[in-house]
Amino acid sequence: MSLVSFDDVGKTYRSLQGVDYQAVEHFSVEIEVGEFFCLLGPSGCGKTTVLKMLAGFEAPTSGQILMGGRPVTGAGRDRAVVFQGDDSLYGWLTAIENVEFGLRLRHVGKAERRERAMHYLKLVGLGGQEQKYPAELSGGMKQRIQIARVLANEPQMLLMDEPFAALDAQTRSLMQLELANIWQATRTTVLFITHDIDEAVTLGKRIGVMEAGPRSRVKGVVEVALDGARRRTDDPFLRYYKQVYEMIRDEVAKSIARAD
Amino acid sequence: MPTPDTATHRSALIGAPGRAARRLWSAYGGYALGFVSLFLIWQWASLYLVSSVLFPPPTIVFRKALVLVRNGVLLEHLSASLQRILAGFIAGSLLGVPIGLAMGSFRPVRKLLEPYTEFLRFIPSVAMITVAVIWFGIGEASKIFLIIYTTIFIVILNTAAGVSAIAPNKIRAAQSLGATRAQIFFHVALPATVPYILTGMRLAMANSFTTIVAAELIAANDGLGKMLWDGRLFMLVDEIFVSLVTLGLLGFVTDRMFRWSIYTFAGKYSPAT
Repeated sequence: MSLVSFDDVGKTYRSLQGVDYQAVEHFSVEIEVGEFFCLLGPSGCGKTTVLKMLAGFEAPTSGQILMGGRPVTGAGRDRAVVFQGDDSLYGWLTAIENVEFGLRLRHVGKAERRERAMHYLKLVGLGGQEQKYPAELSGGMKQRIQIARVLANEPQMLLMDEPFAALDAQTRSLMQLELANIWQATRTTVLFITHDIDEAVTLGKRIGVMEAGPRSRVKGVVEVALDGARRRTDDPFLRYYKQVYEMIRDEVAKSIARAD
Repeated sequence: MPTPDTATHRSALIGAPGRAARRLWSAYGGYALGFVSLFLIWQWASLYLVSSVLFPPPTIVFRKALVLVRNGVLLEHLSASLQRILAGFIAGSLLGVPIGLAMGSFRPVRKLLEPYTEFLRFIPSVAMITVAVIWFGIGEASKIFLIIYTTIFIVILNTAAGVSAIAPNKIRAAQSLGATRAQIFFHVALPATVPYILTGMRLAMANSFTTIVAAELIAANDGLGKMLWDGRLFMLVDEIFVSLVTLGLLGFVTDRMFRWSIYTFAGKYSPAT
């Protein structure tokens, strides 16, 4: 059963000079309940635009987006967002206060929200750091707070916008592993935006490969039939990597050529 | 002969107060040295460089200050000025913060109020003294009006700037966590703006000192500015200097207190994140 459906969605931005830029056009994709869907594409192809529209931060200029059969009209707590940078964290709140933010908005009792926030902090490996402020934590830890914050709110789906892009390589692969484990445990539907093929093959159950922008759309969807822990050196992993690579290679070349 | 054990024991005993002294020194030593050198240079300059009754050395000024403290005159002027500053500063901040928040949050409000703020903030409060005296007389009302006037625009501008400096992702995160507009205002916009509000208030405090002295110079029955003016009228140069030093110290102490309270109560609202 599909949870989200993008039906022929287009988004046009108008610059201050009045010039139109069609970021995405005829964008159609279905995301199933409980699946980990990676949206992969070269930089500037409109991946983030797609996420912003589903999050309800921006409205499509054509087509429609359905979430659970109903059109998306604005932001809502059924779709939680993990942002790329750490500027979405509340610097005046401690780690645990950030995590229980959504619960506090719904007036969940103090004891209960502490307990639930603590549960998710431990799940993302931040037990013992709950009284620290974001400024006292590393980049990887801050992203863990963001993940714990959205999980504690128990949304129907997670929207993740290149959440590990700003991290160093070691921290990134560790975080990927932990996110894969968390997804195995919670089976929350995830839309994960990335430009990294390796990351997409590591995490995704299906990978939607996008064309180079402008007027970007989905070029094709690859189903990754790998169970359990995925190792970068296994043959099946490499086969999927190669398959996705072949699809995206031309698009990357196009996007670079257009940028010049 | 002390065994190594008693030797370390003894050095530990000396070490504890020694460390405390060193910590105290590294925290305040520079200040103390700076103030001492300031007064030493002043003493030297008035004795050897200028050597005139018009530039009294600190020793004479302090002796005069002691006399004025004993007979209660200094305290009377000091408290008069301080009360005006505090009343106007608190009222100005209480008015300025909500106006700044509204201007920063709602574009129509900003459009509506910007002509007022952008026009009035270029008329210095010193220029408003004449009008204030005509409107409110030379009593407390005119001084408090002037301090409110000098405080409010800085607080408004800083608060509004703080609201518009909030990272959009902070708002978006709250929206997707289910926050209503009111919740976004009270749980995100307001706390995110606190460092800007405090900075505005600190700047306003400094301006209040300028304004109050100018106002008291022109029209007042007491206050540090009145003390300056009387000193000029009766050629009491040492009293002028007592007033000047008091102003400097008062400004220094209030600013320190402000910084300390920001650090203690609002340290977590640091603009770093």
